[in-house]
Amino acid sequence: MRQKKIEVLKAAFPATIPVLTGFLCLGMAYGVLMQTKGYGPLWSTLMSAVAFCGSMQFVAITLLTAAFDPIQAFVLSIMVNARHLFYGLSLLEKYKGLGKVRGFLIYVLCDETFSITSSVEPPEGVERREFYFFISLLDYLYWVCGTALGGLLGGQITFNTAGLDFALTALFVVLFLEQWKRKENQPAGLIGIGCTALSLLVIGPDRLVIPAMVLILAVLLGGRKRLCT
Amino acid sequence: MHLTSAQTLIIILCVAAGTQITRWLPFLLFPENRQPPAVIAFLGKVLPPAMMGLLVVYCLKGVSLTASPHGLPEAIAITVIVLLHRWRGNVLLSIAGGTAAYMLLIQTVFA
Repeated sequence: MRQKKIEVLKAAFPATIPVLTGFLCLGMAYGVLMQTKGYGPLWSTLMSAVAFCGSMQFVAITLLTAAFDPIQAFVLSIMVNARHLFYGLSLLEKYKGLGKVRGFLIYVLCDETFSITSSVEPPEGVERREFYFFISLLDYLYWVCGTALGGLLGGQITFNTAGLDFALTALFVVLFLEQWKRKENQPAGLIGIGCTALSLLVIGPDRLVIPAMVLILAVLLGGRKRLCT
Repeated sequence: MHLTSAQTLIIILCVAAGTQITRWLPFLLFPENRQPPAVIAFLGKVLPPAMMGLLVVYCLKGVSLTASPHGLPEAIAITVIVLLHRWRGNVLLSIAGGTAAYMLLIQTVFA
């Protein structure tokens, strides 16, 4: 039994290496930033472990350093994380019948875990449920550990890590290419890029996600008949 | 710290609650023991490639094409990724190569 778990871990770990790089890097940056605002490693790690929401945690720093406004924190979290709605819709089928681990998979569903579980199939002989579980668990731990490290070490790192967080951009580019391999995915891939680029041009970099999502949804639904063939 | 410990804890819980709603809602609306409507099944198929496109553009949103270096480091690194991926088709190699190229570029050529 334990032997089998290790086998699954061996299969899942390589898929998460880019996330390891990116999350340690950004998680540490988050821990350091929280430290400079007067929130030590306990607070930053608690935020990462409980809320686990990447970019929203950076936004939340502004909430922690302004007047106490829990309603705004709640509403802003829904808006910044609205893209999760689409991840859930995409994974309804894949996350079906996974039993007890399903709740955990949903709790920690993030951009990176979604991009892997939606694009990568478990190797032969590896159970879907366990493969997805280890990918989700590893990604979660990288972020929490990265935060703790950042909070503990502060600004003591001297290695020039500038650009290391490009690993996450690279991950998304590669998984886009993996999706692109299947011809029927290509129109939707282009729609995703086009609508988001348009939203970036019109709305600007700060609030582009929700308009982009609405646009993507409209174009996909409008072209449903064509995309289905 | 600007807030008290109790206030900080409440903010953390509110951020967590807001985030969890976005994660659970689709699964609660379309429970696994029932077949989701055809349109939802359709979206489940086409959204992954579309969202991957969104994430790529989202990651590049801070890149300025008008100011120097005009997005060149990103463009070159992504070209490296595409070429590596066409050549070998190895996910990790493509990501490592692209990231290394990007780091090299912004730390030396475009420093």
